[in-house]
Amino acid sequence: MTDPVVLDTDDAPIPPPPIDAAPSQGRAHHGRRDLMVVVGLYVVCILVALVASAVLIAVTGGPWRSVLSALIDGSLRRPGRWGQTLTETAPLLIVALGAIIASRSGLVNIGQEGQVLVGAAATAFVATRGSGPVVLVLALVVGVVVGGLWSGLAAVLKYARKVPEVITTLLLVFVASQVTGYMLTRQFLLLDSDPNRPNRTQTSAQLDPETRLPFIQMFGNKFPITVVIALVLAVALSFVMGRTVWGLKLRMVGQNARTAQRAGVSAVLVGSLALAIGGGLAGLAGGLMLTGGLANYRYTSGFSSSVGWEGLLVALVARNRPLVAIPIALIFGGLRTGSGFLAATGVGREIVDVVRALLVLALLVPPAVMFLRDRRRASASAGKGVS
Amino acid sequence: MIAWLGPVGDVLSSSTMYESMLRFAIVLAFAAVGEWVAERAGTLNISIEAMLIGGAFTGGVVYSATGNTMLGLITGALGGGIVASVQATLSHYLVTDQFVVGLTLNLLVLGLALFLDDHVPLATRVASTWEIPLLSEVPLVGRALFGQPWPMYLIVPLVPLAWWLVFRTRWGLEVRSSGENPQAADVSGIHVNLRRRQAIVFAGLCSGLGGAVLVLGQISVTRWEAGHVGLKGIIAIAAVIFGGWTLRGSIVGCLLFGYFFALQQTLPVLGYRINSQLASALPYVVALAVTAVFAARTRQPRALAQPFVRGLT
Repeated sequence: MTDPVVLDTDDAPIPPPPIDAAPSQGRAHHGRRDLMVVVGLYVVCILVALVASAVLIAVTGGPWRSVLSALIDGSLRRPGRWGQTLTETAPLLIVALGAIIASRSGLVNIGQEGQVLVGAAATAFVATRGSGPVVLVLALVVGVVVGGLWSGLAAVLKYARKVPEVITTLLLVFVASQVTGYMLTRQFLLLDSDPNRPNRTQTSAQLDPETRLPFIQMFGNKFPITVVIALVLAVALSFVMGRTVWGLKLRMVGQNARTAQRAGVSAVLVGSLALAIGGGLAGLAGGLMLTGGLANYRYTSGFSSSVGWEGLLVALVARNRPLVAIPIALIFGGLRTGSGFLAATGVGREIVDVVRALLVLALLVPPAVMFLRDRRRASASAGKGVS
Repeated sequence: MIAWLGPVGDVLSSSTMYESMLRFAIVLAFAAVGEWVAERAGTLNISIEAMLIGGAFTGGVVYSATGNTMLGLITGALGGGIVASVQATLSHYLVTDQFVVGLTLNLLVLGLALFLDDHVPLATRVASTWEIPLLSEVPLVGRALFGQPWPMYLIVPLVPLAWWLVFRTRWGLEVRSSGENPQAADVSGIHVNLRRRQAIVFAGLCSGLGGAVLVLGQISVTRWEAGHVGLKGIIAIAAVIFGGWTLRGSIVGCLLFGYFFALQQTLPVLGYRINSQLASALPYVVALAVTAVFAARTRQPRALAQPFVRGLT
């Protein structure tokens, strides 16, 4: 103890990673006891969320046991249901991947709902005007581009006009739902011109059978190839972000834009691209939902049914790791298909929104607690060194 | 008299237009005043939307149960405060990302309100209006300014109160320094995250009150619906940006956005056929355009949306 000043030496406490980055990466120095604490915290938090939901159901007079079994019936147990769950999972995962790209670059894009809508509407616009695989691919590409441009608008506003992208992406959600709603009222845009269409329903024409995505049949379940596309995208994104120069640049900008700028990485370019690619993926999710038959191959009002919001929540829970997003998306997809079976129990579908949001909040807590613990320890040992 | 101006003249000479504009603007202003304080403390608080919904819901429930307007307003404010304390604890005690918490809270509270909606009686009645004699007879703007339901007038003391708190008290100085330079504030002995939490709770109380006023003061609303809040909280944030993080500017922003909300409601009443979807997108498009013009010209609190952890710069 001859040299009490440890602050400037090599064994000074390791600074923790920035809060918005995946904190587990900096956790190598944690011991086994810490691991148990983390696991215990997660279990407690998830239990609290679930018990709170059950209490909520019970208080409003619903049978929480039958709610649970309805959710499992709807998502897994009944014949053909897990195929449906996979079908619902794919767009959630793709949206989440887009959100992950944007937030890895330090941006907060929370407008996926709108980007899904414009992407799906653009895909429908092209796909209802022809038939065949070429039209299908073209339509999907148009969906991606339109979704990317929609969120690119937020990038322009951010970098040219300094408007926080949090606000603009949110406002654009509402604009998107109204604009696509308008498109459904005009025959030259999206409205079905078939005279047999029931009056006053706003829906686009049905896609030609040639313009639909192929299906995969497996053990009595069927799902569109969207599922494969989503998985491939997740693995590819994980590789690009972890193993390529592009991924490094993305993370540099996200963790410290100024340092990235000094190292010759343009924060504006990388940030805009990340936002646009994120929007493009959301647009792709919308297009794949349409061509994969989630709404009977028609674009209707309320088409996205909050896939955008839920996909964003998947990304938040996965803490920006593409491979972790896969199981989370599966759980959220199961909640979606399971909620369809709730009507029989007499409990409103909205309970699923509540459960989901409570789970997300609960999952935010453990990493934050661990981070605070690290900070306290670091400052305690630093304090000991100085005094 | 000014009818020859066509639609513009009709709108300008319609007294219902002014009434409905002020009503929208006042509800926005409750949220915007709170949001302004929270942003001066350094939080870009997007759960202001959840606080509005929470206030509208609890206020509406208590009002339908008791028929007491005063009680409805108080519980509305408390409802907003509860949502705010969740946001404050998660984002400024446990240091989680404020946008993540805010967004999740928005979805949670909306879901909760929609779920509980079926289980509680929520018939809204309108609070009695204050009609100030003579002044409310003034043509065009008389009823708008002097004939509103009385909870609307709570905004009149609230705005100066917020100004006094932020600019004339020690608490306000500490709040502002937490938003400008949290490191320096911390070194000089200010508990930055505590001040930020308090600012968020203040925002929740204001916004919850605004939600209750929305439910108790809207004449056209016959049944409570969560959709009535419809991103008004986010528009209030846009108003604060428009106002360049000044209180005066934020109020002007609320009037501006209130005008466009009113326009979308009033034009069909005046007999103009417009596409309803495009019309309801109008306030949001205006908000985008206006923030694009004004955000770059003004100075935002320097530590806005940056979390503060001691020793981590």
